[in-house]
Amino acid sequence: MTLTENPGQPNAAAPTPPAIELMGISKAFGPVQANKDITMTVAKGAIHGIVGENGAGKSTLMSILYGFYKADSGHVKINGIDTEITDSHAAIAAGIGMVHQHFMLVDTFTVLENVILGAEDGPMLKPSLAKARQELKRLAEEYELDVDPDAIVGEISVGFQQRVEILKALYRQAEILILDEPTGVLTPAEADHLFRILKNLKEQGKTIVLITHKLREIMDVTDTVSVMRRGEMTATIETATTSPSKLAEAMVGRSVIMEVEKSPATVGETVMEIKNLVVKDGQGVERLKNISFSLKRGEVLGIAGVAGNGQTELLEVLGGIRPATSGEVIMKGESIDLTTKADAQERRHRGIGHVPEDRHARGLVMPFQTWENTAFGYHNEPEFSKKFGMANQKAMFEDAQGKMERFDIRPPLPKLVASSFSGGNQQKIVLAREIERNPDVLLIGQPTRGVDIGAIEFIHQQIVKLRDAGKAILLISVELDEIQALSDRILVMFDGIIQGERLPENTDKNELGLLMAGVDPETDT
Amino acid sequence: MDFSTILQILDSAVRFSTPLLIACLAGLWSERAGIFDIGLEGKMLMGAFAAGAFSALATLPVYDGGWGWETGGMWVGMVAAIVASVLLALIHGFASITLRGNQLISGVAINFFAAGITVLIGASWFRQGGDTPQLPTGGRFRPIELPFSETFANVPIFGPIYQNLISGHNLIIYFGFFAVLATYWILFRTRYGLRLRAVGENPGAVDTAGISVIKLRYSAIIITGILCGIAGAYLSLGTSAPGFGRDMTAGRGFIALAALIFAKWKPVPAMWACLLFGLLEAIATKYQSIDLGFMILPGQFMQALPYIMTVVILAGFVGKAIPPKAGGEPYVKER
Repeated sequence: MTLTENPGQPNAAAPTPPAIELMGISKAFGPVQANKDITMTVAKGAIHGIVGENGAGKSTLMSILYGFYKADSGHVKINGIDTEITDSHAAIAAGIGMVHQHFMLVDTFTVLENVILGAEDGPMLKPSLAKARQELKRLAEEYELDVDPDAIVGEISVGFQQRVEILKALYRQAEILILDEPTGVLTPAEADHLFRILKNLKEQGKTIVLITHKLREIMDVTDTVSVMRRGEMTATIETATTSPSKLAEAMVGRSVIMEVEKSPATVGETVMEIKNLVVKDGQGVERLKNISFSLKRGEVLGIAGVAGNGQTELLEVLGGIRPATSGEVIMKGESIDLTTKADAQERRHRGIGHVPEDRHARGLVMPFQTWENTAFGYHNEPEFSKKFGMANQKAMFEDAQGKMERFDIRPPLPKLVASSFSGGNQQKIVLAREIERNPDVLLIGQPTRGVDIGAIEFIHQQIVKLRDAGKAILLISVELDEIQALSDRILVMFDGIIQGERLPENTDKNELGLLMAGVDPETDT
Repeated sequence: MDFSTILQILDSAVRFSTPLLIACLAGLWSERAGIFDIGLEGKMLMGAFAAGAFSALATLPVYDGGWGWETGGMWVGMVAAIVASVLLALIHGFASITLRGNQLISGVAINFFAAGITVLIGASWFRQGGDTPQLPTGGRFRPIELPFSETFANVPIFGPIYQNLISGHNLIIYFGFFAVLATYWILFRTRYGLRLRAVGENPGAVDTAGISVIKLRYSAIIITGILCGIAGAYLSLGTSAPGFGRDMTAGRGFIALAALIFAKWKPVPAMWACLLFGLLEAIATKYQSIDLGFMILPGQFMQALPYIMTVVILAGFVGKAIPPKAGGEPYVKER
């Protein structure tokens, strides 16, 4: 709770204790272990980066430090003093401020009201508002943080909203500032401005923790960096001694080498062509920036990349879940509807099967039974329908029985609800549904995420079998080994563009890792 | 229509609008904190019953089982109304804040519960088919003559307005208008109000600012309960026919909800909205039918008008009303 007398002026006599020390932090959400025994130290006055893929546990760890979640075990020292952070109030008192990924702002309030919320000086608002107005003026001058104090927060741009979040923390005299994926919503110019602000703050002696999955930011602004992977902290290094490719490797990790038996591909004609595809998200940020490629019969086209670089958006646009901003997709010579009017069922009619990345949210209806799940998306097909719009449940049921047998889904009980199966068997239910429709193009996202080894092998065999049957497969995976083992051609995505194209036999992990980090190594030509 | 008729209508409009206004403010507190409250009706009904029953109990002669009070019975009724209504509000709070249940279902349940329990207890206690006995003078809120009303009587225009429209109402009516100002002041001028409005818009922002979302929401729910109790007490203690009658709220809780939406969750517009509904009711009571020259509006139409307007407002025909963003959503820390 005690802060050093002169923040920013390291005491010359005694060594300054680190600003943050996390020791043995663990946190589980139900069966998911989000943080496993994490120990981390951040020096005072440093900018410390935490990198890792989506779901690696970065945000959870910082939410624990900010008192938003309670750790199952472990303890925290702030400035060398044991600090129990029971809630956000305690974190604020300990001098910790956090800029959440999804801003914690009240849209209908003014900037000023948002800044004082929870940090008012007394029961009346007027004096607090007046004081905050003065303070904001001072902070604006000191840190390039100008915001109109009377603007309604919901009406200013995300870049400004983020400044309000930083101002909130500074107004509460935060000495430690945590930023969770701060640049995800920013334009490059805004991001540069943010980094200038961060460097300014650092000069004033503030300690900054920057959570991101963008390696370039880490290299640009941080002093030290920690890498997280699947809830564990795999490395803490000085930024100057590392490189983007090393970090990418540490983030994605080296799992067991996967061998998939497959014959050379017999590639046929182009079945799907993507031209100049652009996708903007709700906040106007370009997630896909002018992407073009083609997909041929009889090949597995793998798309590698650190999660969050546009792969999800690509899959959703092709699958008919998300509209494209501009661009064209041609399937067997015909243009596909990329507007909001399109839907996944229409895509399936055109021969595009889709195994979504998130099988719980998109691939299955968890509380529904298997025979219902194996029919979804195709439930209006003639063989599943009877007269007068009635469903032919008997046909669905028998179909499910067959699928469960052929795909070795255990236990083979069509009446069991989807949520009672293991991850691998759930994925097989989705795969059985999509593959047995015999699509011309199969989109597969993260086919083996959360799937046990045995099922992985089976799933990989099925993918190769479909390829050998002359179908085109677009495989998106964050597992580099999987991409290398299955693909006949590899595209690497970074920041919404295709950073490079490689043949698996002519490349290696190092090169792919560099591409994934946005670095373009010398091309052969 | 002469001046005195207009005054008469306006005067009764004020009286009709009071229970709506207080209930509407009750809803405003709850919904501004992010808890939808469709149970205003039930809480008002419960309040009206408790007020009628306990005021009767206090003023009934001792040989009839009462306490035989000559005066002040209405205060017993008022306290009972507030306690009963707050208890219902806390049930709603427990269901929707602590248990994170569906706020609409909880509200509907409270309405049904109140409609049944008031008649059941009333019939058992007073044996009048669910009604309570007529209250004597000492058991109800009487009109208050404001000072100088005689002095001003002869001043043209202002005199009659002061005497008839401003003076001569009971305490609860004055409380209703005071509550508008108090609500406005607390919500928009105090720290508590800022936090309360924030919790209805984005509870995450409140939580990360180190403030308890749950305590704030419970406090709002309790204020809602108090106000609903007072609104109910007005119906059985503050009108010219004092005493509780079964289902006496007659949908006023829902009209108040409509007025709240009409007023876009703001206190002063809420007052105007409720006065408008009160005016419609006053006109309907004054005239059996209205001759528009080319057609005659039947009295039934006039009586139905407030309810028709409620439907129109709730269907969103009066421009877009944006409710507090977190309304209806239980607060769960995101995973």
